[in-house]
Amino acid sequence: MKEESAATVNYLNCDYSIRSWLLTVDHKRIGIMYLLAVTVFFLIGGIMATLFRFELSTAAGDLVTAETYNKLFTLHGVVMVFFFLIPSVPAVLGNFVLPLAIGAKDVAFPKLNLLSWYVFMIGGGITLFVALTGGLDTGWTFYTPYSSTYATTDVLSAAIGVFITGFSSILTGLNFLVTIHKMRAPGMTWMRMPLFVWALYATSLIMVLATPVLAITVALLAVERATGIGIFDPALGGDPVLFQHMFWFYSHPAVYIMILPSMGVISELVATFCRRRIFGYSFVAASSIAIAVIGFFVWGHHLFLSTQSVYAGMVFSFLSFLVAVPSAVKTFNWTATMYKSSVSWQSPMLYVMGFMGLFLVGGLTGVVLATLGLDVHMHDTYFVVAHFHYIMVGGVLMGYLGGLHYWWPKITGRMYSEAWAKVSALLVFVGFNLTFMPQFILGYLGMPRRYYAYPPEWQTLNVLSSAGASVLGVGYLIPVIYLLWSLRHGKPAPANPWGGKGLEWTIASPPTPHNFEKPVIVTEGAYAYGEGGHGHG
Amino acid sequence: MAESRNPLAHHFDSLEQQYAAAKLGMWSFLITEVMMFGGLFLGYILYRCRFPEVFAQGSHHLDIKLGAFNTAVLIVSSLTMALAVHAAQEGRKQATLTYLFFTLMLGLTFLGVKVIEYSDKYQHHLIPGARFLWSEGDAGPPQLFYSYYFCMTGLHAIHMVVGAGLLLWLMALTARNRFSPAYYTPIEMVGLYWHFVDIVWIFLFPLLYLIGRH
Repeated sequence: MKEESAATVNYLNCDYSIRSWLLTVDHKRIGIMYLLAVTVFFLIGGIMATLFRFELSTAAGDLVTAETYNKLFTLHGVVMVFFFLIPSVPAVLGNFVLPLAIGAKDVAFPKLNLLSWYVFMIGGGITLFVALTGGLDTGWTFYTPYSSTYATTDVLSAAIGVFITGFSSILTGLNFLVTIHKMRAPGMTWMRMPLFVWALYATSLIMVLATPVLAITVALLAVERATGIGIFDPALGGDPVLFQHMFWFYSHPAVYIMILPSMGVISELVATFCRRRIFGYSFVAASSIAIAVIGFFVWGHHLFLSTQSVYAGMVFSFLSFLVAVPSAVKTFNWTATMYKSSVSWQSPMLYVMGFMGLFLVGGLTGVVLATLGLDVHMHDTYFVVAHFHYIMVGGVLMGYLGGLHYWWPKITGRMYSEAWAKVSALLVFVGFNLTFMPQFILGYLGMPRRYYAYPPEWQTLNVLSSAGASVLGVGYLIPVIYLLWSLRHGKPAPANPWGGKGLEWTIASPPTPHNFEKPVIVTEGAYAYGEGGHGHG
Repeated sequence: MAESRNPLAHHFDSLEQQYAAAKLGMWSFLITEVMMFGGLFLGYILYRCRFPEVFAQGSHHLDIKLGAFNTAVLIVSSLTMALAVHAAQEGRKQATLTYLFFTLMLGLTFLGVKVIEYSDKYQHHLIPGARFLWSEGDAGPPQLFYSYYFCMTGLHAIHMVVGAGLLLWLMALTARNRFSPAYYTPIEMVGLYWHFVDIVWIFLFPLLYLIGRH
């Protein structure tokens, strides 16, 4: 193999020792450490899902006991939400790309960045400890008073694990916020920033404003669980619904922590593979902020049936509809960017198409569920499960995988097999729809979530769903293989394999330890592909 | 004099940029703190509206004199902290050290008084849980009051302890000549933190001790 490029010093080959990784303050290396960590968590969460999809392929509860089933879906939820979806795009791709995209040497607080990785690992370790020593059966939502008073599993440790992990998210958000404000290269004005940076900015706002509320909520739960004092305990006059309000005040915006960065990735990919400036750039940028802001006022749609007044329900229902507006702004503007452009159908762009299809279904069924009257019928059914998987798995993971494929050559300096990447994108899309489309129907028919057995007439749809999950599993496994393969056997990547216009494509693949050899001065806006939009880079 | 150490980190272009980043970072952190304490204030207000009489009775069992004394202590400590920042700005090392020391002592005084208050609650069986005794009716809602009292003042006290540790760290750095009029960012940042913790108490004191008292 020819290794001309390996002769130069880059951030990967500058020091091979374990110590140089564990004590690194380089945002690029920290991004890779997050990549390894979230991949392991994704695998663990995926194994849980595999097990309960096995259970659900027969109507009777025969593979695992009801208690085990509860633990499986709880750990699937906790691990996937807190340890995969929330950190995936911001902490992996955001960490790697953000400083490069704005022409900075690093994030504003590199040591804090490393600290947030360790905090994340400690929180994750505690949660895995719970999984191995008896599990947790409260559901990922930890609803009181079951979690505080009645559950016999180790709620305390799990709450502490989530509490600690929250600080990783807070520190990352704070770091990105300051980085975007203070570390931009000369000439990189706000309206010249790539839309991925705008999306990370909106995400960081939510991380900083919402996560502390989750922290205090699970801290109160942990205190109540540990000492037995009443905070959410109805026996002492406490209000369990207060817990739900506080929990969803974070956890609904948390959905936007997951989806906004993916939307940012999609903007980058659409621009690059259509060779065009994103149509309505400023509207797409503003829609990220709008989603973050409106997202703070919709949590009550999780409490339509939890003693919330009908009046409050109507207000929350209306506010939830509003989120559809900025989401649609993005979708329409991506479509308008593609219109009459010369799209190159490389693998990241296939993930973009997957994102658009799945996000569209997830978003529109979200409008259905935000409708107060309909939600009374659909509440806690598989319709809800299917809806949020279309957003959180369909949307977020398509964006994450698309972004990973897009920046992989920059991260590793290697090209992967384009053919296998296309196969994987297709398998994920087909497998995902096969898994979750039947769940919309099951939910509409009234199948409640979180049960391990169901009437036999629903078996066909459940078998379809489990079969889809197998396809999906293969679709997720293939990239692990060919991406790892590319590290050794992939062709060395050029500096700019896709014809991207971002600053990260102006430097070597992989970048040098301090990113930019010469001082960066930005003279044009993002996606400067020239007038007309028919240009070829 | 060990002045050789360059305070500018590798990834910043100038000390001004580094200072601006630290300042924005600290303010953002304080906003996260507001949201965190906000969750406690929310629960407190909700239950106070639900059980106004019980919460007023609960307030009567708190020692208003000790509370007022502690409030005064913290306000003075904010003054000494501000003076420490000012002295650091002017490069007066000895004055900086003295003011930091006074701030630390006042902080420890506050914590000492808090220990007296907590042990008093313990002796009067006002710690929520199995030992809780309440002669004036249903013992449920009063426990809510004391749960919030301990959670709110407890979280505040944890912040005071962290603040005391930070003050010690600043004193060590000051003694080693790490600061100059050109670079005293850590002192100013800890100052912001210290004032924030004071302000939390300025809200806790009336909410817990004063409302409902006539």
